[in-house]
Amino acid sequence: MPAPLGKDLLALEPLTRAQIELVLDAAVPFREVSERAIKKVPTLRGQTIVNLFFEASTRTRVSFEFAEKRMSADTVSIAAAGSSVSKGETLVDTARNLEAMKIDMVVVRHGSSGAARFLAERIESNVINAGDGTHEHPTQGLLDLLTLRDHFGGSLEGRRVCICGDVLHSRVARSNVWGLKKLGAEVAVCGPRSLLPNAVDALGVTVFDRVEAAIEWAEALNVLRLQLERMQAGYIPSLREYNRVFGVTRERLERAPRDLLILHPGPMNRGVEIDSDVADGPHSVILDQVTNGVAVRMAVLYLLAGGRPELADAAKGQPS
Amino acid sequence: MAATPRSLLDARAMARAVKRMADEIVERNAGTDRLILVGIQRRGVQLAERVGRAIAEAEGVDVPRGALDITLYRDDLQTVGPRPVVGRTSLPGDIDGARVVIVDDVLYTGRTVRAALDELADFGRPARIALAVLVDRGGRELPIHADVVGRTVEVPAGGRVDVLVEELDGRDAVEVVGAGDA
Repeated sequence: MPAPLGKDLLALEPLTRAQIELVLDAAVPFREVSERAIKKVPTLRGQTIVNLFFEASTRTRVSFEFAEKRMSADTVSIAAAGSSVSKGETLVDTARNLEAMKIDMVVVRHGSSGAARFLAERIESNVINAGDGTHEHPTQGLLDLLTLRDHFGGSLEGRRVCICGDVLHSRVARSNVWGLKKLGAEVAVCGPRSLLPNAVDALGVTVFDRVEAAIEWAEALNVLRLQLERMQAGYIPSLREYNRVFGVTRERLERAPRDLLILHPGPMNRGVEIDSDVADGPHSVILDQVTNGVAVRMAVLYLLAGGRPELADAAKGQPS
Repeated sequence: MAATPRSLLDARAMARAVKRMADEIVERNAGTDRLILVGIQRRGVQLAERVGRAIAEAEGVDVPRGALDITLYRDDLQTVGPRPVVGRTSLPGDIDGARVVIVDDVLYTGRTVRAALDELADFGRPARIALAVLVDRGGRELPIHADVVGRTVEVPAGGRVDVLVEELDGRDAVEVVGAGDA
């Protein structure tokens, strides 16, 4: 089965439902690898992977590094923040240099939407988007989908999921919307109008202006991180007011007609978009998301690797 | 050349082969002490379960069973690409010092067994590892042999041996496909 996802993983929007489900199904057995005493399988032995992070990231970078190391790949992580060269030029240059060093895959995070695609079109290596501007963060979307699917008994069909907070600037929100809709979930967003995209209706989701209404409707909340610099930029009056009006608090959840699953992509601002009671509460699946993140990334690496059909003739016949 | 499958073992012959394999495993091991049966995904898992039941009937001892998926230990990811979904790997506790019997349906090139040995080594250090297969079809590409064999048959490279098990395929049978008159 050659390259079931194609050469790169850049976004969830262009994937089919079958492709998304393939990644989720493939991720499940990889969780067991991380439970072993020796947390390592030789699958990507000899492959070289570069983690190219133009934006700060701890969780995503560490999660990718664990996934790569547990698959036995050789990895280098480059934090390329703060370059004075314009972004386009830097990426082209970087791409050429990386190719010259005979690498196999690049995991890239970049502040500009479309940067991962820009890179993917210029190099032969597989490219995985680890977040590009406000566009997409596909592996985060996939790990959210896996976490939700686990807790919803194997299917998202007809389940009601609300994404809360700064949808406007959030690549996590966009990957979630695409992925959830493809898997048949009903999707809503909730947040101050100033932090919802102007074309929010074009996303094909329900919009809630009040978090109470979202909580009454939803079976799961994916609470986004409120970037603190949004306050300085004038999107919201103050963090305290944001918490008072849009914060996901225990009091609000206690009034819900059912228990809600609580997701958060991290890092959390406790007391701003989410209260500690909720983040650490019995319905929080935030740490499951982190565990699933490594498994999903292992699955993506596995599905992008190999699959060179021109060599397949050599391996015909019974695979025993 | 017709692609009609030729029957090698029917359900009853397969049951007898499994029982014989179970007896031989116990005999080779001089009992069931520290014995662990590890089936290779997929059909080796069902065969290990049956061998285990046959041992339980004959000896009154329930031998621990495990499952091994060797997909991540294959040496052909670059050539044939990823198998879409990897199966479950679960071993019944610590295998250090155990007498592990790997159970698989068909022994052919030996590459699956090579991968299984590598994978087991990552879980511990068994006192010994033996190999039991329902069908040995010849055609080895590595210096690997089976200790316990249900049925030996020479099938040339173009052919295929299909082991069917009730749990997955609805019936028990072993069939040879596309091997001419072999």
